[in-house]
Amino acid sequence: MNYFAGEIDVAVIGAGHAGIEAGLAAARLGCRTVVFTINLDAVGNCPCNPSIGGTAKGHLVREIDALGGEMGRTADECMIQSRMLNLGKGPAVHSLRVQIDRNQYARVMKHKLELCENLELRQAEVVDLKPVGNRWEVITRLGAIYKTGAVILCTGTFLDGKVFVGEVSYDSGPDGMFPAAFLPDRLRKLGISLRRFKTGTPARVLRSSVDISFLEVQHGDDPVTPFSYDTDVRLANKDVCYISWTNEETHKVIRENISRSPLYAGMIEGVGPRYCPSIEDKVVRFPDRSRHQLFIEPCGIDTEEMYLQGMSSSLPEEVQVKFYRTIPGLENVQIMRSAYAIEYDCCDPLQLDSTLEFRDWPGLYGAGQFNGSSGYEEAAAQGLIAGINAARKLQGKERLILDRAGSYIGTLIDDLITKGVTDPYRMMTSRSEYRLILRQDNADERLTSIGRDIGLISDLRWNKFKFKQEAKKIEFKRVCNTVFSPSDALNEILVSRGTTPVSTGVRLSELLKRPQITYSDLTEVDIERPELDQAVFESVEIQLKYEGYIKRQLADIEEMRRVECKIIPKNINYNRIKGLRLEAVEKLEKVRPENLGQAGRVSGVSPADISVLMIWLSSMEKGD
Amino acid sequence: MGTTIAAISTGQAPGGIGVIRVSGPEAFRVCDKIFRSKFSKRITEMSGYTAALGGIYQHGDVKIDDCVALVFRGPRSYTGEDVVELSCHGGLYVTRQVLAEVLRNGAVPAEPGEFTRRAFMNGKLDLAQAESVMEIISAGGRHAMMAALSAESGVLSRNIENICSKLEDLAAHLAAWADFPDEDVDVVDIDKTQECLLICSGELAKLLDGFERGKIFREGIKTVLVGRPNVGKSTFMNLIVGHERSIVTPYAGTTRDVVEEQVSLAGVPLLLADTAGLRETNDPIERIGVESTKKKLKSAELVIVVFDYSENLSEEDIKLIELVRGIPAIAVINKCDLKCELNIDYIKDNFKYCVTASAVKNEGLDELEHAFSELIGIENFDTGQAELFTERQRFAALAAKDALEQGIGVLDMGLTLDALTVCIEDALAALYRLTGRRVSDEIVDQVFERFCVGK
Repeated sequence: MNYFAGEIDVAVIGAGHAGIEAGLAAARLGCRTVVFTINLDAVGNCPCNPSIGGTAKGHLVREIDALGGEMGRTADECMIQSRMLNLGKGPAVHSLRVQIDRNQYARVMKHKLELCENLELRQAEVVDLKPVGNRWEVITRLGAIYKTGAVILCTGTFLDGKVFVGEVSYDSGPDGMFPAAFLPDRLRKLGISLRRFKTGTPARVLRSSVDISFLEVQHGDDPVTPFSYDTDVRLANKDVCYISWTNEETHKVIRENISRSPLYAGMIEGVGPRYCPSIEDKVVRFPDRSRHQLFIEPCGIDTEEMYLQGMSSSLPEEVQVKFYRTIPGLENVQIMRSAYAIEYDCCDPLQLDSTLEFRDWPGLYGAGQFNGSSGYEEAAAQGLIAGINAARKLQGKERLILDRAGSYIGTLIDDLITKGVTDPYRMMTSRSEYRLILRQDNADERLTSIGRDIGLISDLRWNKFKFKQEAKKIEFKRVCNTVFSPSDALNEILVSRGTTPVSTGVRLSELLKRPQITYSDLTEVDIERPELDQAVFESVEIQLKYEGYIKRQLADIEEMRRVECKIIPKNINYNRIKGLRLEAVEKLEKVRPENLGQAGRVSGVSPADISVLMIWLSSMEKGD
Repeated sequence: MGTTIAAISTGQAPGGIGVIRVSGPEAFRVCDKIFRSKFSKRITEMSGYTAALGGIYQHGDVKIDDCVALVFRGPRSYTGEDVVELSCHGGLYVTRQVLAEVLRNGAVPAEPGEFTRRAFMNGKLDLAQAESVMEIISAGGRHAMMAALSAESGVLSRNIENICSKLEDLAAHLAAWADFPDEDVDVVDIDKTQECLLICSGELAKLLDGFERGKIFREGIKTVLVGRPNVGKSTFMNLIVGHERSIVTPYAGTTRDVVEEQVSLAGVPLLLADTAGLRETNDPIERIGVESTKKKLKSAELVIVVFDYSENLSEEDIKLIELVRGIPAIAVINKCDLKCELNIDYIKDNFKYCVTASAVKNEGLDELEHAFSELIGIENFDTGQAELFTERQRFAALAAKDALEQGIGVLDMGLTLDALTVCIEDALAALYRLTGRRVSDEIVDQVFERFCVGK
């Protein structure tokens, strides 16, 4: 019954956040691309929280956007509330987070895929993958055989997905979709090592059953900062979120029923994310806490469903109803979708290289939850990199590798492929050692030219970017050359901000270096200030204020890049290098780092091992 | 390979000649700063394969030792770089002091096998030798790692460990606070943060001060001998010292002042203070003695607590056990030649190191030396590695202090705390370098362990 369905360049399996970026990038770079999805109504679905961004995740979205990805633009189009998190904690940790209309988001994304040239969106379950020569065959449940140059696995939680609610469990993908039951076995037969992870989601409840009258309200920012450098319309908040707290009564219900949790009863073998504990986890692990916070968030504009952030659970449905109803505001809550845990297969990312291609299966790539990460943004970032690299490889172009010093995306990928994962990986600002340099406000500065070289940045965007960079340069020069003579007006401002007045002429740049003084404080006296994008002022100010600390990080980066450029040959046999400790040999064989810097980050590899490797490399260069 | 490295290249056994090898682009200039030739010729002006007799001077005027400087001009040297070999009279202490001077004047401590590695990189060794070089380096690395691990229970390392743990707490809190803004994480208290940073950088400064002056080796570990009156502290002290120093009488409360003595225990110098017996008293003179003992305890790096085998624990003994809690300690049960009346289990529950002795019969010193070696972690590793290790610790401490000072600057200026996070992590990275731990992993682990965060 099998039939030949066509010759293509890139097959993307899955149309979630990773699959979307992978498919769009490959197609936009000129590859004939098919994006397969088990259900066309699941394209761009947000099966967990109805929001995009958050700490460090907001950085990822900005970076995706700077490289020419889609997530930021669509999030702007579908946002219903936006907040810049961590204001006051410093520019390195400012992160944008928006509530989105999840139905609209999925619709808009699906439409973009449908309209994209070179891209075919196809509802089909992929059941087999076969390497044939240097190409691949992708076979669907209904017998279609596609011959393709590259395959990108973006399977999310679909691979052998299994849902747990209390004592009940059944095979299922997210949100009641079919799971992909055939593919895991085929992947195992290929020799790919798979593992089992789990994740969970809270209940969705009916808005009219929530008593918001005395709940704390959380408003969005005004004005709204967009994600995308393309967005030039003014965005407005359309809804609010609410905050409530659990109490001892909630915890009592949970504790009394803990044995009915599939996790505690030992039914779940998958490892759950540490940063996303279920409410029963929180109650058990932190028994001293008398309350836990939850956010009640709208799922969209034209739906009455609301999401209970912080309350994921896999307790039985009846217990869920019982403990949710102990929470202020939820006394009469009506659940529309129950909370559940879902277990799924994913790969050990140590099998991947820094383009997200499997080292031992050329042409096969992985992205998103399949690689052991978690989160829409982490998935999209990997999808974009896998899509770009698949296309570039087919076109005989150089690989695109982002390093830790240049982006959160590079940090994410390096962590996955070098350290591996023990639980679903979430991006955090504390994971980047260069966080003063890798800010969300300068993602464009760091990555737009890379996106442009690849071919994903339009002329319009490129010109806009260059204009902004030029404006920044000129403004920087201006503040360094502008001298204010001491005046009552100036000193009044300085004193009112709690900083010392001046008695001689002072450079504008010196004033902006003071932590207490911002651009807007000086508007009155800075009469020659040009009309510029707010982002330009922000950028100049950060550069001045954090100069010493930025310098410190730049020195670290220089040091890091020095070893990062020492390439380790692909065919290296660590067993034959005398002097390497056994533990180091084992770890290096497993990770197979691409350069000396990456080797140094492999756990269990000591500085002495790196010295040994360094000598070995230089003896190779000398022609042995 | 731009740095100039130095290390003691002879064995660490005392006696004979000690050689300090210095290699790198600055080798001549570094040595010129501390070496003064008898014939006033500067090393920079000497030709290769020549020697000069002279002396090594500290701070340019205090002579440490006579010395012969051997000069090798790169590439005609072992490493292929400019090399100076300073041969001194040997003696561990002098050799170390010379090395410390070299390091103070711009050289950095050599990694294990680094001279050989440089020799190889500069084409001084052939390919066949490369593999043996790798083995040397690897062995050196293993030793250093072992030294680091076994010294983990040592007094010095414990100080560093202590600083690390304070900084980890702070870094984890800052990380949780920054990464989980909407969640129930306590706000960061600026005053407490500042206090913590000041304490840590102060501790590092103290450590560095110790290193700088070679204090540990010259003056020894600050050790206090305590016990309630008449358990035989002074007799015991005399046992260690080897001659009668304290006034020994059978009456309680004879030692009213703190008596200090520099002694050597298991080859490590101690600055040993005998103290007045700790007991509540009305005698004003004796009370001064008790107060000064308590003061001594505050700055003690090690306490030796003496108990009486022939009497059961008194309230004073128990108070004393509480008083020394938290200080590295060894319990000595003295007078074991008499009949046992003591609850020894209680003491063993409270002290990891416990030895029995009879000072009047000259017994128990071996056991004490053994416990002491174990406590400070000098067992099973030669002092050469220990020295290498401590020199690296010094560099790590210096880098960490520098990073913390920049971090304190963040608070002083009123800058946002994101800038502080990178400084703390840099400090931790410097201190971790010795044991191979990784900062971001440690902090992320701590965040999830300590804070209830995540949705």
